[in-house]
Amino acid sequence: MNMNAQSRLQEILSKGDFAVTAECGPPRGANPEVVRKKGELLKGYVDAVNVTDNQTAIVRMSSIAACSHLLQMGLEPVMQMVTRDRNRIALQSDIMGAYSLGIKNILCLSGDHQSFGSQPDALNVFDIDSMNLIRTVQTMREQGKDMSGFELNGPPRMFIGAAANPFADPFEYRVIRLAKKIDAGADFIQTQCIYNMDRFKEWMKMARDEGLSEKVHILGGVTPMKSAGMARFMNNKVAGMDVPEPLIKRMAGVPKEKAIEEGLKICLETIAELREIEGVHGVHIMAIEWEEIVGQIVEASGLTPRP
Amino acid sequence: MIVAEQKPLSEIKEIIAPYKKILILGCGTCMKTCFAGGEDEVAVLASALRLACKKDGKEIEIEEFTIERQCEDEFIQESAPAVSRNEGVLSLACGAGVQALARGFARTPVMPGVNTTFIGVLEKQGIFTEECSGCGDCRLDIFGGICPVTRCAKKLLNGPCGGSQNGKCEINPETDCAWQLIIDRLKALGQMHSLRRYIPPKNWRTSLSGGPRKLVREDHMI
Ligand code: SF4
Ligand code: SF4
Repeated sequence: MNMNAQSRLQEILSKGDFAVTAECGPPRGANPEVVRKKGELLKGYVDAVNVTDNQTAIVRMSSIAACSHLLQMGLEPVMQMVTRDRNRIALQSDIMGAYSLGIKNILCLSGDHQSFGSQPDALNVFDIDSMNLIRTVQTMREQGKDMSGFELNGPPRMFIGAAANPFADPFEYRVIRLAKKIDAGADFIQTQCIYNMDRFKEWMKMARDEGLSEKVHILGGVTPMKSAGMARFMNNKVAGMDVPEPLIKRMAGVPKEKAIEEGLKICLETIAELREIEGVHGVHIMAIEWEEIVGQIVEASGLTPRP
Repeated sequence: MIVAEQKPLSEIKEIIAPYKKILILGCGTCMKTCFAGGEDEVAVLASALRLACKKDGKEIEIEEFTIERQCEDEFIQESAPAVSRNEGVLSLACGAGVQALARGFARTPVMPGVNTTFIGVLEKQGIFTEECSGCGDCRLDIFGGICPVTRCAKKLLNGPCGGSQNGKCEINPETDCAWQLIIDRLKALGQMHSLRRYIPPKNWRTSLSGGPRKLVREDHMI
């Protein structure tokens, strides 16, 4: 591996191409076949695959290990890393370890609170927050030093991602937070699933007005809905999600057997709109446990073949 | 103040099971204020225990006593005669009080009767909320007087997570999002610029993470 080569995602984004990323959740177990199967489904349709880190605080195969399985198949992973479970010592160590395996993209997150997960009795860590993690990875890359200032023998040079949720409150703070993440060192942003397009556009406009969209690559998040029930559940039960009533009604308005089709239609319309928004440089497709649909979405959006 | 909650009667019964003569010792400061272990609670608990033991056919003698504070030796000494008359002490003080008492009486078992929960305030009658976790490096100045270390479920120092909605925390719709409170307050104070500032990783050495802490005040030593 060429230690200094850019990640493919970075290359595509810096060329100004519209990037496509997707998500792969590792299994609740040690079976690598699950990861490989998901990888097969995504191969050729996406530029990079986000591998979640014990998402929703449910214990799963580690993100690093699953990333490494994808790498072996020729896919490019984006390692998600949350600050919930590891202190700064473990985080830095895993970043170096991951880079040594060839993982070149990281998405820095705080993580869902463990009270949602499979083991709510666990102690959380939150030694540092996602902002601090972004800065840590950037310092490793730009200065070759760890958090203590120690000069590293082979500093990891990761392409740094962060999350943004334009739909969470307080709204007026959301752009300030984006600016902070960019200052801390974020190169790209993947947003929460976009259903409320008006609010997303408003947020993008604020970001553009602040000159932020020129400093960072924003990838809009989408998740195809399978049913009106799912739409309602996401709106009411998932922290930080906003599915507007008209969309829920639209899902509920079609016969049950047509719901998937309608959900896909909405998803494609969203992607088409995203491509028109100034400052949006890609799409991040989160089809949770529904990886087989990603190829279809990418194809129908006219985003194939990938570079 | 330190806030605690009395343990359930069933658990207290189990804790005192090996003894026939016990002292229930109240604490007249924090525990009185949070209704967990002042004089009144000692009396109520003693009657409830007597009744419960009678029902179970267990003989027990329960003595009641309350001192001003169980975390100070001066007051602890006042309980010495009562302690010496009993086989064990059920302390209704916070965890610090229970330990101070145990340190004071080497040969008498001291047992906790409350679960010590947090440093907090009485938000309104009957509702106590946690406000401080004693991190040893107070930065309330930059957070508008609201502590994210304690009141944000993720201890975030650089702003709210993506789960903050309608002013509530993602973990529970009953819990205020600390960051919403901070932002509202900074806005009211005209200090929104504080929010733009990058807060570096916290130094936890001053917190419990650095090991049990001790405060030495040489100017007060004799
Ligand atoms: S910053 Fe530390 S000392 Fe200050 S209120 Fe918060 S936990 Fe307590
Ligand atoms: S919702 Fe607010 S209080 Fe809760 S974890 Fe997120 S930022 Fe912290």
